[in-house]
Amino acid sequence: MNSLFRLSVVGIVLIFAMASSNLSAQEDEGRYEQTDIEYGATVYAEHCVTCHGDNGDLLPQINLRNGRFPNSPSDRDLGNTIRNGLPGTAMVPTEYTDSEITGLVAYVRNISNVPLGSVTLGDSVRGQALYEGKGECGSCHRVFGQGPRSAPELSNIGAMRSAAQIERSLLGTEGSLIPINRPVRAVMQDGTVINGRRLNEDTFTVQLIDDQERLVSLEKSGLIEYTILTTSSMPVYEQILTDEERADLLAYLLTLKGLN
Amino acid sequence: MSPIKVLLLPLLLLIAQNAQAQVTFERILNAADEPHNWLTYSGDYSGNRHSELDQIEPGNVNDLQLKWVFQAQSLEKFEATPLVVDGIMYLTEAPNTVTALDAKLGRVFWRYEYTPSNQSRPCCGRVNRGLAILGETLFMATIDAQLIAIDVVTGQPIWKAAVADPNSGYAMTLAPLIVKDKVLVGVAGGEYGVRGFISAYEVDTGEEAWRFYTIPGPGEPGHETWEGGGDAWAHGGASVWVTGSYDPELNLTYWGIGNPGPDWNPAQRPGDNLYSDSVVALNADTGELEWYFQFTPNDDYDYDSVQIPVLVDLDTRVFSSGKLMLWGNRNGFFYVLDRTTGEFIRGNPFVRVNWASGLDESGRPIETPQPAGATTYPCVGGGTNWYSPSYSPDTELFYVSAWEGCGHVFRPVEVEYLSGQRFLGGRPTYANPGAPGLPSLFRGPINNWTETEGTGAVIAIDPRTGGERWRFNMTDVTTSGILTTASNIVFTGGREGYFYALHAETGELLWRTSLGGMIASGPITYAIDGKQYVTATSGNGLFVFGLRE
Repeated sequence: MNSLFRLSVVGIVLIFAMASSNLSAQEDEGRYEQTDIEYGATVYAEHCVTCHGDNGDLLPQINLRNGRFPNSPSDRDLGNTIRNGLPGTAMVPTEYTDSEITGLVAYVRNISNVPLGSVTLGDSVRGQALYEGKGECGSCHRVFGQGPRSAPELSNIGAMRSAAQIERSLLGTEGSLIPINRPVRAVMQDGTVINGRRLNEDTFTVQLIDDQERLVSLEKSGLIEYTILTTSSMPVYEQILTDEERADLLAYLLTLKGLN
Repeated sequence: MSPIKVLLLPLLLLIAQNAQAQVTFERILNAADEPHNWLTYSGDYSGNRHSELDQIEPGNVNDLQLKWVFQAQSLEKFEATPLVVDGIMYLTEAPNTVTALDAKLGRVFWRYEYTPSNQSRPCCGRVNRGLAILGETLFMATIDAQLIAIDVVTGQPIWKAAVADPNSGYAMTLAPLIVKDKVLVGVAGGEYGVRGFISAYEVDTGEEAWRFYTIPGPGEPGHETWEGGGDAWAHGGASVWVTGSYDPELNLTYWGIGNPGPDWNPAQRPGDNLYSDSVVALNADTGELEWYFQFTPNDDYDYDSVQIPVLVDLDTRVFSSGKLMLWGNRNGFFYVLDRTTGEFIRGNPFVRVNWASGLDESGRPIETPQPAGATTYPCVGGGTNWYSPSYSPDTELFYVSAWEGCGHVFRPVEVEYLSGQRFLGGRPTYANPGAPGLPSLFRGPINNWTETEGTGAVIAIDPRTGGERWRFNMTDVTTSGILTTASNIVFTGGREGYFYALHAETGELLWRTSLGGMIASGPITYAIDGKQYVTATSGNGLFVFGLRE
């Protein structure tokens, strides 16, 4: 199973085929990523299950399983409802991260096909050990002040990126490198070469962190060469870690939500 | 500025001060004769967004300096074009606040804050694009679909007319257009299954004078283009959210019409879906349809055709008619039409296009739908969008803000119409499942629209050939309108926060300044006491520049 979660029900792969029939009013049926659905299930189990129940049908007149949300026809609307709550009800505003909202929307859209108890997140404690050990993530990334700065900071990665996006990065999926983070190479008029990771760019300038971990701002008019690379130097963890280990590592990364 | 114009300006100012705020229809008709003012959304009725002011010119544009800044209280997107009348600026900010300022010093006379209904359902921010003025009255179209008349001196409302019901998804974001004794508006709501319309109101009372539905009802010509016999037409969108133009000689007012709904599922609305994605020419007195031209029949991609109709008179050596309409469309094609008849004259792509291989003799697209999962160009944002283009009669070039190399995958989805709810029928994505989601149209200080998603440009197009004369490329896409002046300067900006002066003949960058926030409206220019000013909104501020003294 490619999923980084351990699933006791392998039939979950049928979700994409089964999800559409009763969701005709929604925008995105069949477009939810399995990893987000699974992560959403864990968030649901933590925050929503007390009121909505294991099956999403505990509240009278609010059956999440029928796929009909008249006040939230789009995923964005549903995400806003989850985040902002419903005035006058017990559903209060909650400060979910974007990745949690992505997961919750994906899970709720597919709740009738995902037995809640079937999803178990990897072990984040083991995942942290893998981050620091076998995975060697800490040799490039930085978390809460520890580690180098050459690769993107991960202290908030669990809030910034969805579970599926992190999974794709670990698997080295083409396109998973966020374009603004692309490596760049600049050659100054005097021949000095600057390699770094792009932080920001506009028509006339580029801002980057160079391989000496310095913040550098360059005017393009002062360069004789400027190249944006599209490949990441990050290892492909499919060949380094087992499925179970990657599930553990992902579970750890999802715990990194900044200081909040 | 030429000596004659310099001498004339103080004289004009004296005349104007005697008649301050009395903006007659004749003055708007002849707005080009008083370039020190900006009397209507596009500067004049032609939609050219071109000024005869020439004091700021390529030789001194580097002497531009900041004169004053107005900080909006709203933190929502600043899409407004100000009006300037005899030294006083009238400006809106989101959602529906009006401010009157001293246009020389930036100091405020009054503010009027209208609180729209919390039932307003704008698709893309509670924006407002500006005002209209006639006599001593300002007119504002509100986000909850009301039309409000405001006293120019006191800033207090005179009357309010209910144009449509916000609970059903109707909204208004455009600047109204004055024609004679009527104020014309159109309704937004194309993402909520509204039935669009343009309507005219008596300026003195707010009484509705006429209404033109942009989707023909049963029994009306064009209704048959909503095939299938259902009620798709009743929820078919075709909204109107950018100000039209007016040809006084023909007494026709021209308006661009928005996308059909649901946006991305044409199977739910078979047929050409008139008059979505069209330009309509209406009798300004009655609202009766004189002609129409549809750019994108049965639209799959949300290619609103709400762009400003740009009216141009060119000699007939190349064109059979000298009375033309130029149109850089969201669908990626540049069109030349005969504005007397609506006849298609010529058209060609101005950015990468693959949804159609070209246009036939009548201007109808030769459609080439891409396979499921493949990328369609332009993207949902279009080859351009609502940003005001400009035409300079001096260079005889058309200038358009363009999005280049931007493509999306469109996946239609069946959607049920529910009143007041979004009615979209899918969501554009990228072909690569590993790609990040669609970047936001709201841009912060970090660029989120890199080379992967598309780039921006100002393109100068020769209407005689449809060919590109020059192009000024930007890293980020652009949301700025364009202003040209008689001194051969193109003023524009972009999401990166730069405000530019380009040479209108060559595209050479003459001057730039960094204002720090995305520019989401079109620049204007005006003059006071013989000194020319040029404005740009950026982030939540309006920045006013003039020459160093």
